[in-house]
Amino acid sequence: MEKIPILRMGQFLLVTIQVDLYDRLALNLEADLVQMVSKTGARGVLIDISAVSIVDSFMGRIIGNIANMSKIMDAETVVVGMQPAVAITLIELGLPLTGVHTALDVEKGMELLRNKILVDGPENDGDDDDNASDSAE
Amino acid sequence: MDRRTMATMTTTPVTVLNKDSMLIVKEQDVVPFRNRVKEYATKIGMGLVNQTKLITAASELVRNMLRYGGGGNTLIEVVSKGRENGIRLTFSDKGPGIANIEMAMKDGFTTGKSLGLGLPGTKRLVSEFDIKSKPGEGTTVMIIKWKNG
Ligand SMILES: Nc1ncnc2c1ncn2[C@@H]1O[C@H](COP(=O)(O)OP(=O)(O)OP(=O)(O)O)[C@@H](O)[C@H]1O
Ligand SMILES: [Mg+2]
Repeated sequence: MEKIPILRMGQFLLVTIQVDLYDRLALNLEADLVQMVSKTGARGVLIDISAVSIVDSFMGRIIGNIANMSKIMDAETVVVGMQPAVAITLIELGLPLTGVHTALDVEKGMELLRNKILVDGPENDGDDDDNASDSAE
Repeated sequence: MDRRTMATMTTTPVTVLNKDSMLIVKEQDVVPFRNRVKEYATKIGMGLVNQTKLITAASELVRNMLRYGGGGNTLIEVVSKGRENGIRLTFSDKGPGIANIEMAMKDGFTTGKSLGLGLPGTKRLVSEFDIKSKPGEGTTVMIIKWKNG
């Protein structure tokens, strides 16, 4: 079964969604990400949706779920690169992406996460090894 | 049934220029259906924002049809009214139908433990919206997005 790779970058996890997700794939991603946050103790999750052309209420709910569950495990979620047409549509649809931060790109998203963590108080556990990629399994 | 009469309440008639249909029976049909809608929207030169609104609306309705109606049939039509071109989508299922349409159209109303956004949100995203349902017989939702609407 195809999977969406989750990259570990220091204390953050990065997911780049390249395709319009099939529902099952989206649900798998939700489960994988939550598992990965708990396994790695990540403090932030970045979801890059710059290649996603449609976010309907189903996708929106998945993103919201990821954010809520991550929050419980002390990690913040940032959605980066939302296309303007998608943003306009989401507002009109009335989908509240509660608990989800947004940023223009991955870099700005990382910056936002770093600031969040600083504000919340640095819990330095020294687990900062940048060991490339690590796909949840 | 004559779809032309169902489609519009205004005086200018809606003409069908092109017609396609697609059966929706499983979750994996959603993305191909959206892509098909996108093809037609692109073909008539619909702009990106309107396309995104149309396809998002289509996605909501096709999900409702799968979830509550047990799947059904979709019609994709290129239509024109006066000088305006657009895409008309019709979703018909033979599911349990909706007892109270007025309630179902309210933001936040759901029987599926969801957000209750699909129907009212869809209505906001499109140019024309029509829903017909009979308990025990099924539900038909028709939407039109005008190219410049
Ligand atoms: N095709 C259908 N057949 C039968 N009932 C339907 C159909 N479509 C919608 N409904 C009913 O109308 C309600 C509202 O639909 P709507 O799409 O607005 O919200 P939802 O599907 O419950 O939640 P969301 O779309 O936000 O995930 C549904 O909960 C369901 O009871
Ligand atoms: Mg719905």
